[in-house]
Amino acid sequence: MNLRRDVFQAIADPTRRAILLLVASQAMTAGAIASNFDTARPTVSKHLQILTECELLKQEQNGREIYYHSNAKKMKEIADFIEPFRQMWVDRFNKLENIMKNYQPKK
Amino acid sequence: MELKTKIDAKDGQQDLVITREFELPVELLFKAYVDPEIIEQWMGTKVLKLESKKHGNYYIETSDGKGNVAFRANGVIHEFISGQKIIRTFEMENTPFGVQLEVYEFQKLTDSTSKLKMHVIYESVAQRDQVLKLPFAQGINMAHNRIQEILNKLK
Repeated sequence: MNLRRDVFQAIADPTRRAILLLVASQAMTAGAIASNFDTARPTVSKHLQILTECELLKQEQNGREIYYHSNAKKMKEIADFIEPFRQMWVDRFNKLENIMKNYQPKK
Repeated sequence: MELKTKIDAKDGQQDLVITREFELPVELLFKAYVDPEIIEQWMGTKVLKLESKKHGNYYIETSDGKGNVAFRANGVIHEFISGQKIIRTFEMENTPFGVQLEVYEFQKLTDSTSKLKMHVIYESVAQRDQVLKLPFAQGINMAHNRIQEILNKLK
């Protein structure tokens, strides 16, 4: 399994999150997306490629232009990019709860 | 689905709030933050020093299987009200994440349930967002299992 194509890896990058926010409201071409960033165009292309490969973005041909729009279904799966951080705490708190449920005070 | 563990991290702010309800009396919940042996069990880290009192300090350390220190953190306790509240700093050594201020509020809900509110304030928005991304970088395996679980739940 290629870690790079993991959705959470994909959204761990601030530029990619910004791209997802940008296209959330309307489909945009790669050029239009790139114009919102100071980053070099090929870098933005790479970001778009990663987002597309993990299906967070969908490409749609419109005449000669390719438009990117967000894939609502996939986005729902990661409704919150904080989820892994939250899960880390869920794990810790669950452990804490289990340990304390079995806690016997020392004499 | 009601989430027992909630994280409130608003965009562009340098703090976040973690809340969790426990099926534990508040006294036991508090104890899990004060007793070094118990902390070691649920945090998965070694507690080298912990002075649970105002102006006390603490050191924690995690080693890999070969005894190399993978993670070391320390902090100072600014407020300590038994069973109710802890205010402390937390700093991961040799990392760019700075010092965070943590305010823990322990609340009794019923005789057998309690609630923890953890307010964490970072030095900047950028640092908070970096810390939020840590689980991506560190717990790849864990994250993967988790992701699978999350995705299964959403099916």
